[in-house]
Amino acid sequence: MIVRISGEGQFRLPDEDADRLNELDNRAVSAVEQGDETGFYELWSQMLELVARDGNVLDADELVESDVILPPRDIAFQEAQGEFTGNGLIPD
Amino acid sequence: MPGLGGRMSTVIKSKISRMLDRAEDPSETLDYGYQKQVEMLQNVKKGIADVVTAKKRLQMQSSKLEQSVVKLDTQARQALSQGREDLARMALERKTLAQTELQSLDSQIKELEGQQEQLTTNEQKLRQKIEQFRTKKEVIKAQYSAAEAQVRIGEAASGVGEEMADLGLAMQRAEDKTETMRARASAVEELEAAGTFDDITQLGGGQDDIERELQELTSGAEVDDELEKMKAELGTGSGADAPALEEGEGTQKEGSA
Repeated sequence: MIVRISGEGQFRLPDEDADRLNELDNRAVSAVEQGDETGFYELWSQMLELVARDGNVLDADELVESDVILPPRDIAFQEAQGEFTGNGLIPD
Repeated sequence: MPGLGGRMSTVIKSKISRMLDRAEDPSETLDYGYQKQVEMLQNVKKGIADVVTAKKRLQMQSSKLEQSVVKLDTQARQALSQGREDLARMALERKTLAQTELQSLDSQIKELEGQQEQLTTNEQKLRQKIEQFRTKKEVIKAQYSAAEAQVRIGEAASGVGEEMADLGLAMQRAEDKTETMRARASAVEELEAAGTFDDITQLGGGQDDIERELQELTSGAEVDDELEKMKAELGTGSGADAPALEEGEGTQKEGSA
């Protein structure tokens, strides 16, 4: 799967990571919904770590769309409240 | 998408698709719209220039405040050595406020620097992708049937389109931040204009108002602490004529005068 970190670029991740990323994402949403800023940043850094650990930067000549686009690394909690919402990014 | 069982909830992607929808067919834009691309890259340059301008303004304020901090500190010491604790306190109140502003300005300047760097990198990346697209398109045309080529070029164009849209988002974000900082810079300028950071020899008729505001703005405890510290420092020197100076609590530093 192809993941973009907004403002940074695209990474190729093994498809197995999708479930893990999705789980972290769902937990991040509930943290945001509960106004749990510390919890959110903990999950957010886990998401970024996952991409950094398993992901390979896409070559410049690979022109493909991303499957998942993550918000900018330095997202503020207030912004997160807009980005991490219950609306699905990937339709079922 | 295959393999994704659940549902990702970040909405950034939908924001990006909305931006892509608003643009004309991305492959067309990339294919024929050289003018459009030049325009977009110019917009990015303008965005970067805005960030730089905002940063310069904050840097100017920051160096002014640094000067005020030094000056007010010196004046507080002078006032105290002449037994004018009231004036010393006033100078320290101003110094505390100036320091607080200074800290927040400095962290904002750093933030803007990061933003400027990121936009510059991304602009270069996009330029590169557009060039890649031009080359790739010709290769695809030569290798595939017309129908197949159209599909593949369309895919590649979406990839570049996403890059463009993401840069667009980054620009928006930078603009929002720059806007916030512009407001912040104006607020500091207003404080400056009101004489809030003036040294105490510059106090005019508005002194009472300013002094009252200062007392509200600065933390009394912080000023008290600093005043005590200064007294202790001066107390060890030739402060014999200073009236009723309390002894510093054990931590006596060598006085400078």
